[in-house]
Amino acid sequence: MRWTKWTLAALLLAGPAAELVAGQQAPSAPQARFVVVLDAAHGGDETGGRLANGQFEKTFTLALAARLRSLLGARGIQVVTTRESDAAVEPEKRAEIANHAAAQACLSLHASESGSGVHLFVSSLPPVLQPARFPAWKTAQSAWVARSLKLAGVVNSALLQAGMSTTLARTTLPPVDSMTCPAVAVEITPERSSLHETTSGLDNKDYQARVATALASALVEWRTEAHQP
Amino acid sequence: MIPRYQRILFALLLAASVAMGATLWHLRQRAHERLIAGQDSAPTSAPEVAPAEQATLLVANDSNGSMLTQFLSLPLPADPGARARAVLGKLLDLYAAPDAAHPVPGGANSVTQVFLLPAAELGSGAAKPKPADSKAVVIVPGESSATPSSSQTPQFGPQLAVVNLSGTFVSSHPAGIETEMLTVLSICGTLHANLPRVTQVRFLVDGAQRSTLAGHADLTRTYLAADAIPAEEIRP
Repeated sequence: MRWTKWTLAALLLAGPAAELVAGQQAPSAPQARFVVVLDAAHGGDETGGRLANGQFEKTFTLALAARLRSLLGARGIQVVTTRESDAAVEPEKRAEIANHAAAQACLSLHASESGSGVHLFVSSLPPVLQPARFPAWKTAQSAWVARSLKLAGVVNSALLQAGMSTTLARTTLPPVDSMTCPAVAVEITPERSSLHETTSGLDNKDYQARVATALASALVEWRTEAHQP
Repeated sequence: MIPRYQRILFALLLAASVAMGATLWHLRQRAHERLIAGQDSAPTSAPEVAPAEQATLLVANDSNGSMLTQFLSLPLPADPGARARAVLGKLLDLYAAPDAAHPVPGGANSVTQVFLLPAAELGSGAAKPKPADSKAVVIVPGESSATPSSSQTPQFGPQLAVVNLSGTFVSSHPAGIETEMLTVLSICGTLHANLPRVTQVRFLVDGAQRSTLAGHADLTRTYLAADAIPAEEIRP
């Protein structure tokens, strides 16, 4: 009877410990959550710019966001979008969606006929090293500018590897300035030669696919960096 | 028989009528003389031609997203507000030219007014300007707190330029983050290059605040132009 009691106590103590050991020895520990926010700019009455083929910027950005979401989903990345249809979404709402998602990367997608290649923009807010507990709405991105610059560097490298010309700059963009995540505004413009002749227009399917693939590769690379200790 | 008081009243009224008539005739004569005198002293003097001065323009280039400094000789008015409008008018004339590197229709008439006010301290969202040895123009958004602290413009000290753009210019501006930012940056940089006291710039469209230039560049903020003028090609 005494032996039975001790045995029972030993079994009760050994059970959780055994489970713990089993958990530590699990071949694949669950990875941290990695979420990307895709913000297809404009929508509804707010059409954005008009592209060379007559298409509005809002349509182009929505199509690019859908394509990118598929590519990221196939790579196991969770995607949150600010709009799924041709609906007007206020900049505040876009930032709100991004902030609620607690994303590791936020891309604001734009398109323009001006310039050439892909333009990458990071908020021009001054970086803040110690974020405030309650940051101001219009300058919430300040605490994330350093990370946003790193993300822009990763996206820039991926685009260059894909053979595209890029421009890195700082700007003031209302939704991006209010986002509390590493955020980059991506503006896709036609590819042009050194003589400023268009080699790939925005309606070029191959060009669209190359841009989307390069952006997806950049975000996969960013996930790898984010998971490094 | 007419009563005596009626005769006296008639005489008084007659005297008053004569006096009023005389006064009217006198005033008429004086008005006539004044008119003649005014005509005599109104020879239209020929408009004074402002002397040509060197103006510095920061001209945007869409092909590589840069801005180049151009020096032009322009007749510039002495009044700072008119001077600011003149240089911005020239800048936008360059953009409206057929072979412009940063094509924006509209031209000089796109800048309706430029008001110069004493600059106020900006909120915590504003950045300090780059050091004086920097060659880049830094345009950094600040909080919207640029209300002048005083109604009197101080003799020295930083100024806020309020640029009132025409609605036609804004509605015809090409859409795009880079092209809109280049327009904003070149306006801020050109103002600062020619009026060094201008350190902050705000924008109005037809006298009212507008959220963006053409869907991207934020026009609700105060832009800071650092005290350095680029001497070579820069990027925004």
